[in-house]
Amino acid sequence: MTKSTLKSYAVNLIAVMLLYGTMVVLSESGVLNKYYSGILVLVCINIMLAVSLNLTTGCLGQIALGHAGFMSIGAYTAALFTKWLAVSGAGGYLGYFGGLILGGLLAAVFGFIIGLPALRLKGDYLAIITLGFGEIIRTVIENLQFTGGAQGLRSIDKFSTLPVASAICIISVGLLTTLMRSRHGRAILSIREDDIASEAAGIHNTYYRTMAFTIAAFFAGVAGGVYAHYIGILGAKNFNFTRSVEIIIIVVLGGLGSFTGSIIAAIFLTILPELLRDFNDYRMLVYSIALILIMIFKPSGIFGRYEFSLTRAIQYWIDVFNGKRKPFASVRSRKNNKETED
Amino acid sequence: MVDFIQQIINGLQIGSIYALVALGYTMVYGIVKLINFAHGDVIMIGSYIAITTIPLMAAMGAPAWTCIVASVIFCAFLGFLIEAVAYRPLRNAPRLCSIITAIGMSLFLENLAMLVFSPNPRPVPKIFSSEPIMLGEIQVSLNTLLTILVSLCLMVALQLFVRNSKMGRAMRAVSEDFGAAKLMGINVNRTISLTFAIGSGLAAVGSIFYSSSYPIVEPMMGSMLGLKAFIAAVLGGIGIIPGAIIGGLIMGVAESLTKAYINSQLADAVVFGILIVVLLVKPSGILGKNIKEKV
Amino acid sequence: MESVLRTTRLGISFGGLKAVSNFDIDLLDGELVGLIGPNGAGKTTVFNMLTGVYQPTEGTITLQGKKIQRKRPDQLVKMGIARTFQNIRLFKHLSVLDNVMIACNFQMRYSILGGMLRLPGYWREEAAVREKALSILAVFGLESYAEILADNLPYGKQRKLEIARALATDPKVLLLDEPAAGMNPTETNELMNTISLVRKQFGITILLIEHDMSLVLGICERIIVLDYGQIIASGLPTEIVNDPKVIAAYLGV
Repeated sequence: MTKSTLKSYAVNLIAVMLLYGTMVVLSESGVLNKYYSGILVLVCINIMLAVSLNLTTGCLGQIALGHAGFMSIGAYTAALFTKWLAVSGAGGYLGYFGGLILGGLLAAVFGFIIGLPALRLKGDYLAIITLGFGEIIRTVIENLQFTGGAQGLRSIDKFSTLPVASAICIISVGLLTTLMRSRHGRAILSIREDDIASEAAGIHNTYYRTMAFTIAAFFAGVAGGVYAHYIGILGAKNFNFTRSVEIIIIVVLGGLGSFTGSIIAAIFLTILPELLRDFNDYRMLVYSIALILIMIFKPSGIFGRYEFSLTRAIQYWIDVFNGKRKPFASVRSRKNNKETED
Repeated sequence: MVDFIQQIINGLQIGSIYALVALGYTMVYGIVKLINFAHGDVIMIGSYIAITTIPLMAAMGAPAWTCIVASVIFCAFLGFLIEAVAYRPLRNAPRLCSIITAIGMSLFLENLAMLVFSPNPRPVPKIFSSEPIMLGEIQVSLNTLLTILVSLCLMVALQLFVRNSKMGRAMRAVSEDFGAAKLMGINVNRTISLTFAIGSGLAAVGSIFYSSSYPIVEPMMGSMLGLKAFIAAVLGGIGIIPGAIIGGLIMGVAESLTKAYINSQLADAVVFGILIVVLLVKPSGILGKNIKEKV
Repeated sequence: MESVLRTTRLGISFGGLKAVSNFDIDLLDGELVGLIGPNGAGKTTVFNMLTGVYQPTEGTITLQGKKIQRKRPDQLVKMGIARTFQNIRLFKHLSVLDNVMIACNFQMRYSILGGMLRLPGYWREEAAVREKALSILAVFGLESYAEILADNLPYGKQRKLEIARALATDPKVLLLDEPAAGMNPTETNELMNTISLVRKQFGITILLIEHDMSLVLGICERIIVLDYGQIIASGLPTEIVNDPKVIAAYLGV
């Protein structure tokens, strides 16, 4: 590990600790009432959903329209697990975390089963088949008895407080980021860039496509588990196509391939509807128009593929302070610098 | 036995509707390689137009089924508009963008309808009589008969049009090779617009027949119908016109038989199941061909 | 010298059309062989068969004595066959260094969890591969471009990067598909030197497709001529240049 990497890790760790600490303080001290901390919990959940979907859609480059299906599998599994534990008296947070992992794993299993055959298909077909699977999952859950049938599941213990949810969110995003910066992340990106060249570079495409899809499903499942223990009741209607679309909108708005973008967009698109509660009727209408406009005018989303780096940002401001760099000179450093021939 | 034939006929009826709608999907996919998610919602709009114009027609003393004309014209125009506004700018964009735009357009139409027409289901006045006509021992309503026959005529007409007319040849040329068609002097924009218009017009006819059998309209009705019709198009081979017809009829009969002999709830699952089986076994569909990418 | 890559009666038909037939070659260790012929002769098709993109409908391929059958492209890479593409296929939005490091992926061992949790394997292997990638880039004079996006490289350097990426897989056989396409004479000369250097330094066998006869005659030890999917001539450059069949089919007067 070089000194600069060590510095980078230290900076990020401190930032993360600060963030987590803030969340704890805010909720414990009662600065945020239940309503506001509830919104922040939803923000955390949406961040996890968006970043995991971004893995499939932005980094791997494959359209997946059934993400809510994986969320629902995780939600129901976790909820049923904690309920079962509660009956026998055991439980508490250990059971909750166990439930989350279990939910994530089951969602991952489904991700694997669906992904393995489905990811052989190209763009449009994959979109339809994932949509189909999302709907099948929803219909099946709706008709099963032990998931509460049409009435849904009730009285789920509300383990997902703000500190807990934000910790899980931070860990999830952290793991997905380290994944993308490892050799596996590079392999996944290479498939997006050019799958034929990727194979010619020795990357087993089917393996990595399925891996990305499965991992994305895992984190969607965990997010679902957190959601279940936040909202306390579950109905299959919560996880329909509209929900999948809402996640897609976050990813597209934030930028396909940019986790930073997904985080910011998730914050924005979770808080905004709450602020505009009165306009709830128009929400989806506005979203749909926004979706079309973004695609026509800025398909790469607000952040494109840009990733925020705290270390880089701090270094930038240190340089400005030392006079080594002018402020706001050229932020678009990488993209437009076409090298000329020597 | 009689019952079985009855179910087959029911299947053909709903299958014809699926086929009409599937034609729209398949023609559009064939020519611009786009899955028009908004197609199903055009059907929904068609039905709403029908229920708004029926009272007007009645006031003018015209029979209820003349609403078809208004519906077809409006939907054809809507199809044209959607293509021009939302899809044309993205013709050269990566596939993901077009799909997302199509989804956005679909959501837009659904939510617009919810606002304009209210999300509550509304009844549709009678268009065709459902008096049963007896063919031997089998009972069919005028509704059913008209649906099947008119649909058949339209499909044949479309096939003839695409095969023999100048515009039809242009459509085939553009779907084969966009660039070459342009170089041959074909006005591709006009051809594509026409394709969307025809597809939407056919869907409007389908929506009328659908509404006469299931006389309730609500803003989300297009999505399920559209999805099933899309599956039909994929089943028959997306981009291939006879494929949409075959796919639609098969879907309709399968759904009808499942509802009758297995379980009504399972009908939807069977439909999705067909889709998944097709995509995994032969994605190019019944009439489709496999084309490999040149390296 | 032993045979590195041999094909026997290799051929492929696309729905009745015989694109390539009776393709027999035997590449010996360390050879530099050229494959030429008019456009549409089937040269890239041969490459595609050798790299697993197409499955031949007849004939066999033998790599270092081992028969290759129904292998995926990435499996063949691991067995030692690497290639470049006629139309450059780089990972455009990734850095130059990443492009090369991706080709070393199958040589690394650390697991998904190991990557996520930054276990010791990650640090060790990433550092090693990074160093290897930089040294390969240095052979082509590209090490100073390591962090540049591949898409921002000038054309000539993009072609070099593609070759560098192929070399990172430690191949035994390197298939170059029109590496000099779009290059001016100076660049072509530079490329010729690079290819010779690569062959010497890495000790690999090279088969290259080219239309630029100056390059082919300049560095190839042996030339195979393809026309309508069949080999019409094979031998030393001096022989090929004077072969009437080759002149009629391709070289002209």
